[in-house]
Amino acid sequence: MALPMNDGPDRYAPSRRDVLKVGLGAGGALFFVFGLPTLAQRLQPDPGSAVAKSAAEPEAAPFVPNAFIRIPPSGPVTLTMPYVEMGQGTYTSVPMLIAEELDLDLSQVRLEHAPPDEKLYANPLLGVQATGNSNAIRGAWQPLREAGAKARAILIAAAAKRWNVEPSSCGTERGEVVHPSTNRRIAYGELVTDAAAMPVPDKVALKQPKDFRLIGTPAKRLDLPAKVNGTATFGIDARLPGMAFATLAQSPAFGGRVKSVDDSAAKAVKGVRQIVRLDDAVAVVADHMGAAKKGLAALTIEWDDGPHAALNTSDILAELEQATQKPAVVAQRIGDASSAIENAPTKVEATYHVPFLAHATMEPMNCTVHMRRDACEIWVGTQAIARVQRAAAKVAGLPLEKIIVHNHLIGGGFGRRLESDGVERAVQIAKHVDGPVKVVWTREEDIQHDMYRPMFFDRISAGLDASGNPVAWHNRFAGSSIIARWLPAAFNNGLDPDTTEGAIDLVYDFPNFQVEYARVEPPAIGTAFWRSVGPSHNVFVTESFIDELAAAAGRDPIAYRLGLLDKSPRAKAVLALAAEKSGWGAKLPSGAGRGVSLQNAFGSYMALVAEVEIAKSGDVRVRRVVCAVDCGIVVNPDTIRAQMQSAVVFGITAALHGEITLKNGRVEQANFDTYQMLRIDAAPTIEVHIVPSNEAPGGMGEAGTSAIVPAVTNAIFAATGKRLRQLPVDPSVLKEPS
Amino acid sequence: MAITLQINGKSHSVDVDDDTPLLWVLRDVLGMTGTKFGCGMALCGACTVHIDGTAVRSCITPVDSVGNSAVTTIESIGSTPVGASVQKAWLEHQVPQCGYCQSGQIMSAAALLADNTNPTDSQIDDAMSGNICRCGTYVRIREAIKSAAASSRKGG
Repeated sequence: MALPMNDGPDRYAPSRRDVLKVGLGAGGALFFVFGLPTLAQRLQPDPGSAVAKSAAEPEAAPFVPNAFIRIPPSGPVTLTMPYVEMGQGTYTSVPMLIAEELDLDLSQVRLEHAPPDEKLYANPLLGVQATGNSNAIRGAWQPLREAGAKARAILIAAAAKRWNVEPSSCGTERGEVVHPSTNRRIAYGELVTDAAAMPVPDKVALKQPKDFRLIGTPAKRLDLPAKVNGTATFGIDARLPGMAFATLAQSPAFGGRVKSVDDSAAKAVKGVRQIVRLDDAVAVVADHMGAAKKGLAALTIEWDDGPHAALNTSDILAELEQATQKPAVVAQRIGDASSAIENAPTKVEATYHVPFLAHATMEPMNCTVHMRRDACEIWVGTQAIARVQRAAAKVAGLPLEKIIVHNHLIGGGFGRRLESDGVERAVQIAKHVDGPVKVVWTREEDIQHDMYRPMFFDRISAGLDASGNPVAWHNRFAGSSIIARWLPAAFNNGLDPDTTEGAIDLVYDFPNFQVEYARVEPPAIGTAFWRSVGPSHNVFVTESFIDELAAAAGRDPIAYRLGLLDKSPRAKAVLALAAEKSGWGAKLPSGAGRGVSLQNAFGSYMALVAEVEIAKSGDVRVRRVVCAVDCGIVVNPDTIRAQMQSAVVFGITAALHGEITLKNGRVEQANFDTYQMLRIDAAPTIEVHIVPSNEAPGGMGEAGTSAIVPAVTNAIFAATGKRLRQLPVDPSVLKEPS
Repeated sequence: MAITLQINGKSHSVDVDDDTPLLWVLRDVLGMTGTKFGCGMALCGACTVHIDGTAVRSCITPVDSVGNSAVTTIESIGSTPVGASVQKAWLEHQVPQCGYCQSGQIMSAAALLADNTNPTDSQIDDAMSGNICRCGTYVRIREAIKSAAASSRKGG
């Protein structure tokens, strides 16, 4: 997902509401509490751009023991993590920001998941408590360093007062205040009572990049030791005394209902405790998941397939295509694209489309619920804990404060766990169960009842002048808006910032440019954020089409792009670096090809070069990927490399295998045999080159996923001369005639 | 009927149907949650454990087929020299991301290295391609296996 609220730190102005509060709490620990500046305060959209303004004026951060920073009289400092860890390294890079300014080593901190609290833990760039949009570091960069610096200033003031010296004569060293001229030192923990009475400074100076001790270093991930010895606790690992285990079958056709259930055989299965029948699902509750699954297989369920029983993917595609045949909402306009194309000596036209995609997180959907008469307690791994709390309150019929949610490490998020449907389903089941119940979806349910990356259809055209340079670009596309459902306040005048990211504000300089978007929601099938949502579709289209223009002009794809980048020096630099590091232009064997893509998304610039080889059968293998990345200031370079490696594999999986299709209202794919993942034997070598930069940090969790896809299809074009305008790659098109 | 299993050097007795997959006995009955559920069809490798040193998918292994064989899980693989070297290499190379599949990855890698202290790329592919990582940590898995192999050869 992508919102254009990534106004960098230069545009950030602290308000009275971000003021840090300090005090003593339980156990005599020193608390530092502060509200992250929220969307309403920070969002200053460009005039005329389609961005939401949230009307909600946030309250001042309440002083509650949900502090961001907690310093006990002795022992490690506790940092509450406003963003959840799902593999992206946020449980290391966010502590690095605080520890840098508070002058702690990472070994001196311990971490806690934040409880639900929309006000205190709201993501500054989203306005709600959520982890997504690759914006943890973008949002946290300024406020969390300031919090650390203010906490440090307060501790120094407390020590200076005690020693009766000037605060400016004191310093800090890894958890201690020091007074070098008298050789005195005192641990932060010993200062907690004094510090609680100190005033909070209005302004503190932050370190200059040259003084960074942690930021910019490849710090080891704090969450990894538990992830190599089996002790890491994901939502699915929650265990409670006396808990039951449940699994379920939901209506195979979207929108269908249960007509009848014969559960006699299921009830006879050893370990099965009860069968829960809901309107559109049946759950089997048992002593363990093995018995629940066996019970589920023994059920005979008759379904009423409902109103979408005849729905096929082709129907949805036809509707999207139709929507691009008439004018839609203008997302960006420069000059007059239509007449410039009309008058151009060469006109290039194409249509593209991309399929629904499932998330297929390795940890299947699950949620543990203990429903009591007057309260509901939930154990889950979620990217949006406050949203989950609200959804559970509604289903449970209880007030918000009676819903207790315990967050966990996430076994793959990618946007799937920004949704609350799994929690709602678990609460529906738990209402029928005495005691705690863990609801675990089978892989088949997880894939067939996901909420999917939307299908999109694009109609795109351009005009070239006599020398082949583009004089105009026109792109009209249709598909679902996730923002319109998930964050309605950010869907304005028919547009949202996520769905258009990667289609507008291109790095290229076009004198005439128009992009239009038609919101078309598919019937019955749910859509959701999926790693690099808007760009995952848009960058495939724009970077394929610019490649088409280069080919139409008879020019080299990189040289052609470089000619359009005079106004985008960061884009130009990454493209030149990728060309150099990849050995662009060096000869490849027959059947092999090299392709490039260039992208500015999530606040980061990157250019990728993919090398592919195509077998006689048409099967595509990506052998090597070279990435040049400018993501601004780097907090943890090893995390940047890891996220590029990850996003590239995720994107190749989508390019080569990813497709969810509907037949008769049902998803046709079910498990990893029919919804395939890239495996180690098909993984390319991946080189990551980082451009040193002092620009504001950009997002890195998702960007590589969108960038790699057109690099692969452009490489296929280079190898075969075949332009692929739909995904996934169809080997039968590439097969050599026998 | 009660079934007795030898897991991580201890004897456990469980009362479940004979055909219950070992995975659910480990996770739900015995509370050893380090072994993960991913697919239920031996397609993803998240549930990999060792039975007498061989990597098997516990999600399709009926509990009554285990007999007196020694079951080893992620919880105790670190007590074997090869398991410890794999875990160490995993940390050195900072392999895990979300981490959910990594118990299975480590169990597959440990079984590979117990048999072959100098695997080629294609032997690594053969041993590891049954384990899916949705976070795409494959580049680092390959590096970590090679470095664990090197330290095993040195007797480390």
